[in-house]
Amino acid sequence: MGFLTGKRAIIAGIASNKSIAYGIAQAMHREGAELAFTYQNERLKGRVEKFANEFGSDIVLECDVGSDESIDACFAELGKKWDGLDILIHSIGFAPKEELEGSIVDNTTREGSKIAHDISAYSFLAMAKAARPLMKGRENPSMLTLSYLGAVSAIPNYNVMGMAKASLESAVRFMASDLGPEGIRVNCISAGPIRTLAAMGIKGFRKMLEQFSGAAPLRRNVTIEEVGNAAAFLSSDLASGITAEIMYVDGGYSTVGMTGINPPAESE
Amino acid sequence: MSDVEARVKGVVVEQLGVDESEVTNAASFVDDLGADSLDTVELVMALEEEFGTEIPDEEAEKITTVQLAIDYVNNNQG
Repeated sequence: MGFLTGKRAIIAGIASNKSIAYGIAQAMHREGAELAFTYQNERLKGRVEKFANEFGSDIVLECDVGSDESIDACFAELGKKWDGLDILIHSIGFAPKEELEGSIVDNTTREGSKIAHDISAYSFLAMAKAARPLMKGRENPSMLTLSYLGAVSAIPNYNVMGMAKASLESAVRFMASDLGPEGIRVNCISAGPIRTLAAMGIKGFRKMLEQFSGAAPLRRNVTIEEVGNAAAFLSSDLASGITAEIMYVDGGYSTVGMTGINPPAESE
Repeated sequence: MSDVEARVKGVVVEQLGVDESEVTNAASFVDDLGADSLDTVELVMALEEEFGTEIPDEEAEKITTVQLAIDYVNNNQG
């Protein structure tokens, strides 16, 4: 029996089989959770239905996190299918591609900043607002979002997305404080760079992967399977004492100071 | 069929979920094989993995047919 048996989870942010959300769905499905999925718009519907099918789910709901009406409709629909919800997974972020390169001071616009913060940070809180009533009375309910080191360190090209992730990580702490008395836990995984569709929009992403694997204590990049396993754990009763946590699944990269002078791993 | 051609076509079949017979050299990913914008990004990622190469954005945009993908790989392999 898996450690998520009997748990019901809604997963937002699956776009391909390289998505972090896909790795999370895989791990949660393996551990026995019942899954529901959201898609942003018609264009993505078919894709998400295919993945849902793969994980034995027929609950696929439209949820454009830029719209409160869409979020409300999604959770209203979910409430008709399920009498309660244990797990919310938010694996969504967006910033205009032109703003993910070069000088943050020159390239960030008011509009771009607004979009990045709205879609990448506020949307977690907006989904939590709608999920909260469904989590009432459940055992160890959990909300989880995904961040990146750019939230706390200046990373080339990540720019306005780093500002949005900082806002997201702050939201995790405030939401955990707010929802804790109801027993709802709110956590975050800060994952190392992973080659997803979304990451392809970040200039020089391949360089980031190389730099990362060369400097991380584990001397390699992390996978969506590894992030998925950590997400499954944090969303489970095994993590019932954990809330407001930003957990790094990054091979240790965030802890090393001076990079670029490391000896290669012995196996190389 | 050259090795590169066969491998490119294999990636296209796998990524776009199309039948091998549809993947002619002249086939356009979007117009003939029904790829959307996400499919094309995924296809580029898959080609990068298959051939261990990095395809810059400005080059990736130009790879719109099977033949152009084959040409790109042939012209950019060490």
